[in-house]
Amino acid sequence: MTKDNSEYLIERYNNIYEVVIGLEVHAQITSNSKLFSSSSTTFGAEPNTQVSLVDAAFPGMLPVINEYCVKQAIKTGIGLKAQINKRSVFDRKNYFYADLPQGYQISQFKFPIVGEGTVILDMPNGPKEVGIERLHLEQDAGKSIHDMDPQNTLVDLNRSGVALMEIVSKPDMRTPDEVSAYVKKLRSIMRYLGTCDGNMQEGSLRADVNISVRIKGSDVLGTRCEIKNVNSIKFMQMAIDYESNRQVDLIQEGKTIDQETRLFDTKKNETRSMRSKEDAHDYRYFPDPDLLPLEVTDEFIEKLKADIPELPDDKKKRFIDKYKVSPYEATILVSDIDTAKYFEEVVAKMGKNLDIKLAVNWITSELFAVLNNKNLEISQSPISSKNLSKLINLIKNGTISGKIAKTIFELMMDGDQDPQKIVEEKGLKQESDPKALEALIDKIINDNREKAIEYKQGKEKLFGFFVGQAMKVSGGKANPQLINEILKKKL
Amino acid sequence: MSDIISLTLVDLVKNIKDKKISSEETTKAFIDRGEKSRNLNTYITEDFSNALLKAKAFDQKPNFNLKLPGIPMAVKDLFCTNGVKTTAGSKILNNFIPPYESTVTQNIWNEGAILLGKLNCDEFAMGSSNETSFFGNVQSPIDKDLVPGGSSGGSASALAANITPITIGTDTGGSIRQPASFTGTVGLKPTYGSCSRYGIVAFASSLDQAGPMSKNVKDCALLQEIISTYDDKDSTSIDFKRNAYSKELTNNIKGKKIGIPNEYRVDGMPKEIEDLWSKGIEYAKDCGAKIVEISLPHTNYALPTYYIVAPAEASSNLARYDGVKYGFRSKGENLIDMYEKTRSEGFGEEVQRRIMIGTYVLSSGYYDAYYLKAQKVRKLIKNDFDEAYKKVDAIITPSTPSAAFKIGEKTNDPVSMYLNDIFTVPVNLAGLPAISIPAGVDAKGYPLGLQIIGKAFDEQNILNIAYAMEEKIEFKNKITDWWIK
Repeated sequence: MTKDNSEYLIERYNNIYEVVIGLEVHAQITSNSKLFSSSSTTFGAEPNTQVSLVDAAFPGMLPVINEYCVKQAIKTGIGLKAQINKRSVFDRKNYFYADLPQGYQISQFKFPIVGEGTVILDMPNGPKEVGIERLHLEQDAGKSIHDMDPQNTLVDLNRSGVALMEIVSKPDMRTPDEVSAYVKKLRSIMRYLGTCDGNMQEGSLRADVNISVRIKGSDVLGTRCEIKNVNSIKFMQMAIDYESNRQVDLIQEGKTIDQETRLFDTKKNETRSMRSKEDAHDYRYFPDPDLLPLEVTDEFIEKLKADIPELPDDKKKRFIDKYKVSPYEATILVSDIDTAKYFEEVVAKMGKNLDIKLAVNWITSELFAVLNNKNLEISQSPISSKNLSKLINLIKNGTISGKIAKTIFELMMDGDQDPQKIVEEKGLKQESDPKALEALIDKIINDNREKAIEYKQGKEKLFGFFVGQAMKVSGGKANPQLINEILKKKL
Repeated sequence: MSDIISLTLVDLVKNIKDKKISSEETTKAFIDRGEKSRNLNTYITEDFSNALLKAKAFDQKPNFNLKLPGIPMAVKDLFCTNGVKTTAGSKILNNFIPPYESTVTQNIWNEGAILLGKLNCDEFAMGSSNETSFFGNVQSPIDKDLVPGGSSGGSASALAANITPITIGTDTGGSIRQPASFTGTVGLKPTYGSCSRYGIVAFASSLDQAGPMSKNVKDCALLQEIISTYDDKDSTSIDFKRNAYSKELTNNIKGKKIGIPNEYRVDGMPKEIEDLWSKGIEYAKDCGAKIVEISLPHTNYALPTYYIVAPAEASSNLARYDGVKYGFRSKGENLIDMYEKTRSEGFGEEVQRRIMIGTYVLSSGYYDAYYLKAQKVRKLIKNDFDEAYKKVDAIITPSTPSAAFKIGEKTNDPVSMYLNDIFTVPVNLAGLPAISIPAGVDAKGYPLGLQIIGKAFDEQNILNIAYAMEEKIEFKNKITDWWIK
């Protein structure tokens, strides 16, 4: 198996297979109330406390569309550069399950609210375009809980009726890395738009992964299997790895692949058949007679377009143009809207000492490391953009060295402290008085006469030794640039 | 006042407003009548003691500005009533007490009326004879062992037998008009979107409409004026300008053009229906209306279209009765087994038949041939009416192809039962308003009705025509109280 970043191929004897992947992402719409009722959508509430008569499908109860959710779906469509359909239709998808109170899910089948669009992935070897087939609105089901009672399955309807967007991609992905980049990019766009929080732990974002394999170079699609409801990027990648190899093995053995729905077992790291095509549900889709077709005007769409913030791709371009950051750095900075915001705040507060490179480095290395360690979002950063910009300014104006800055950075985390104050309180100000430094260096040269002679005779690497001594004697506070200059002069 | 129960609604309201009778007296009279008439099996749930309490409360603090001041009335058991058992005539909702009120009934209580109880109906409103109810069939006060029609059979029977002064039913394919026709009463199916469907147990969402049933047209206009409101809880409710139907009621219909559709002269229609129709045309002429021959070419396809669309929607609407959340539940080995047992035991035969038809016509491979085609035909039927209404203001047809039949006569022949709806279903498919008024009797003396179909939102016009013709027809229902003796 070849596993570089750009290609994911499976080799068996003389055959080289490529993997074709398409995703159906279910994204929970950020909204205070449900798609067809006014119940709350807060995550983690006591079971069955956020359920209206509509959500529990009481006799004679009727759905009424939540306009906010429609706006959210259209905004997402705009973010995916997709066709917005002015007329869409809600259909009933009929099946029986204990956590589906109506006995059908209201979804959009033939006429979705959003049509074809595209998402650009920033892959290491260049941009890659993934087509969007459609985006439609639908209700979530409730939750069946099988392990709380020895005899009975319990049902929690808090999620019943929550608004979801199903975003269907074209089968345009070829590697697990592309799938990861795609999900991240979708999440990033939706977080920019405020249409989905993208929280995979809480189930706000999950995906059905469609996988098929074919001999590399073929333009015929193989029989696909759908891996249902995978709720982390890592599991998606593991599922693709397992499933594509399973399919290749079947083909190599001369067997056929059954079109079927499979489950990914995260403990055993394997996919298992859930139901075959023959057992597939007949959902008996038909237009929901309780709801009129959803019609929106051009003005309605235009108004939403005017509300769309700068999205990742545009922000990336702007960052490259305006701040002269590399495409790689720009990608990292814009991937999350809060990171981009933090970065621009730091830059704005740096004033005349502006040093973009330094700002990028501090954010993407020091700050990210801390956030990663503490498992925090940048919006929860223990160090504010204001104080980080102050810290960088202190480096730039020579008050402290980069090394001292790291010490101060550690101290700042305790209650977002002002770095200036730390410098003053702990006496960490850099020694930048040339006279004082000259005296210091004179003493060091005096104490190490022999080494100084050796240096003069050509043993140039001893220069580092003198710098180290200077730093050591000054307790790290000596201005390294000045030390260099003075040493060169004196030696 | 011994004849309280035979007063029309309008007269009852007048007497109460004039303080000639109290709400309590009135309520007692109807309760008494109801208790004496249990043989008819019109009630599924009596709410008599509460009704009396409410009547007393009304008398203590009467509000005579209301349109139904202290008027007791019973309603079809398809309307959800807060705190009062609502069964839809089904075992599966045998124990269901809604914690909410339908918009239509709420509108009625807001005008001061008092609930007497819930009236029998075909199970989930599926039937034309009130024989599919889990709570037993309803007797017609017209004659022993005669069906009152369906599905609002309990409502029609209770009204004709003076058990309630007025009532409401629901009409998906004729469920108000056909029983009105069978019992010598008036029944209006309003334009689709006129009355809110919120809180009404759904049968076929795109066809269901609530409507008034009354002893005369004036009462009907008054109740329609009360129940028809725009409701944002029902996405199919329509916000149009509603008339003050009773105030604007007039018998002046001079110059109105009334269409007579050729295609309603169906094969095998009894001569007495033919004669009734001709008589109706003469009455309309007497009132000054102009008669115009019209064509509704797709009429023949209405019944099969209806029996695809209605069961399709019903099969999905009734999926919620699964034993999980409320209503009847049967014990099962597992979830599927519980579903199967609950629904086999909880639903009656006719309901199961329609769920199966509906499931079949929606299933993959059959959808295009049945459901989709039926939707196309439905459009053609609506277009027929649109064309006709370029020439006429209203259309007159018989309400049913025959008079009421005997209990059990058609239970083993669903198709002949379905044929009862032949004149009423096109109206539901087109979403139009139509009223049935009593216009004569057959050889046995059983009532026969005429149907006046209007343009969408033109309830006032058909009420006026019905009002004018009612004066000419001078129909008198012969109720002998045979069930009390």
